[in-house]
Amino acid sequence: MGDVMQNHPAATAARKSRTLRAQAAAGARIAQLLLGFACAFLFWYLTVDVWQLPRFANLPGPSEVFSEWFSPDPIYGLSFYTPDYYWHILHSLARVGVAFVLATLLGVPLGLLMGWSQRVREYVFPLFELLRPIPPLAWVPLAILMFHGTETPVIFLTFLAAFFATALNSMLGARSIDPSLIRAARCLGAGEWRLFSRIVVPGALPQVFSGLQISLGVAWFSLVAAEMVSGEYGLGYLINTGYSMATYPTIFIGMITLGVVGYLTSVVIRLIEHALLRWGNDEQGGRS
Amino acid sequence: MTNHVETQDASVAGEATRGFTEILALYHGFGRGAQRIEVIENCEFKLKPGKLTVMIGPSGCGKSTLAKLLAGYLHPDEGSLLIDGRHIAGPGKDRLMVFQESALFPWMVNEENALYGLLASGQVGAGARQRVTALMDRVGLGRFRHKYPGALSGGMQRRLEMVRALVNEPALFILDEPFRGLDAMTRTLMQEHFAQMFEEGRRTALFITTDIDEALLLADEILVMSSRPMKVTRRITVDVPRPRTVAGMIKDERMKHIKVAVTKALYSEAIKAFDGSSRAVAAAGFEKFLDTTQ
Repeated sequence: MGDVMQNHPAATAARKSRTLRAQAAAGARIAQLLLGFACAFLFWYLTVDVWQLPRFANLPGPSEVFSEWFSPDPIYGLSFYTPDYYWHILHSLARVGVAFVLATLLGVPLGLLMGWSQRVREYVFPLFELLRPIPPLAWVPLAILMFHGTETPVIFLTFLAAFFATALNSMLGARSIDPSLIRAARCLGAGEWRLFSRIVVPGALPQVFSGLQISLGVAWFSLVAAEMVSGEYGLGYLINTGYSMATYPTIFIGMITLGVVGYLTSVVIRLIEHALLRWGNDEQGGRS
Repeated sequence: MTNHVETQDASVAGEATRGFTEILALYHGFGRGAQRIEVIENCEFKLKPGKLTVMIGPSGCGKSTLAKLLAGYLHPDEGSLLIDGRHIAGPGKDRLMVFQESALFPWMVNEENALYGLLASGQVGAGARQRVTALMDRVGLGRFRHKYPGALSGGMQRRLEMVRALVNEPALFILDEPFRGLDAMTRTLMQEHFAQMFEEGRRTALFITTDIDEALLLADEILVMSSRPMKVTRRITVDVPRPRTVAGMIKDERMKHIKVAVTKALYSEAIKAFDGSSRAVAAAGFEKFLDTTQ
């Protein structure tokens, strides 16, 4: 019966119109997105280049920034054509990467254990809650005193912020699992390890991933702050030196690049999440 | 053990002797001091092996508490629960429970869900897989083996949970209002399905419900429970052969008598929840109801 339906001309037409509608929806989304960007650039252009409003007087306009960015021979020494540009990106990416991976490797297991075992929670959570509100920047002196060189303090500060966000969300994820699922698994004869690995871990995973998104965000945040304090390369350093050397278009190049790179890293996390959480995708009436 | 899983005939023959359940002088309550509520008081009954016992009582009377005690999630304040002469000390695979709410694991495909109990105890052979496949086909879930539970309707989820419990061959099968919340049509279909599955492999079962027709359709024996604190007020044997249908029950004289008996027993308990003038109104309504059934 299914085959008959599929070959039926009406069914084919319906399928075709469904694809067309999906394409139209995607088109509309892209149009809206472009319109949003256009508005922002127009605002920038009008305030700086056309009206030259007092507060915007010192800023470079979009035309200046983009001609610098795409110039093979940039006035202030940094563009798509200079290796330095990629060197800065690479440094920041590597630091965020190392810090984020470390925070995930330590934070997810600790968070899940805190959520799963009351005893671990009683030992660790009060200390955890005391350390968590301390902003990463407050750790700067300690980081510099504890670690030598320029790389490790920066990575440490980036790691700290990411770690707390990851661990907290993993804990909440483990605690949010429907108790009837745990009961059912126990009833079916699951031991503690199987309960943890097959029920607690997958059950907490959606929240773990929302924790990773937050963690990545705060990792970039504290990375840039740390790079402004110390470091010789990196986008935060680039922006900071752009200010002190008065090479203003470079500040904008650094900022926009940060936005793009940060967005791309979060897309990578979302793709991994999508691949691991396949079961969330064919929920009836859920996200599709 | 593996033979037991693979040869269905042997297991069916064996079922009738397993799952003899005794509840003796059971007391259970919640809270302390002034907040104390006695839920179960001096409750005693037995479940005959290979029989489907339906427990019916006013809602909130403590049936689910009793189910949890049997499953081993709660420990009784006093009294004992025995299965085949052994005390119930905690959750175990000899008693499997199907809950009111769905307890399927959303991150496992349906087949994996059904196999979970066997996977947990490392008993998954080719025979077990075949049995799961056969059972899933049998309840109309064959095409959904590699889908996730999220893609199933409410009735399908209930069926999958039954398959998951059945493949473990529990000595006692506890069902706590498993069809609650399903629409009337699905519910009727599920009742027929369940009665048929029970006939095919008789195993000791305790089915909890608040619905008289459901009790009459399914039961070998009906236990009518009192309102809180709960105990058994009547025990009624339903010696009407299966399959039974709602339409057939209206014609059958024996069924009518049983229904009136259950309704009366249940009514005298339910009326306790009303007080003063509202009790008189409820009583008048009940008399009218009895007239229509007789």
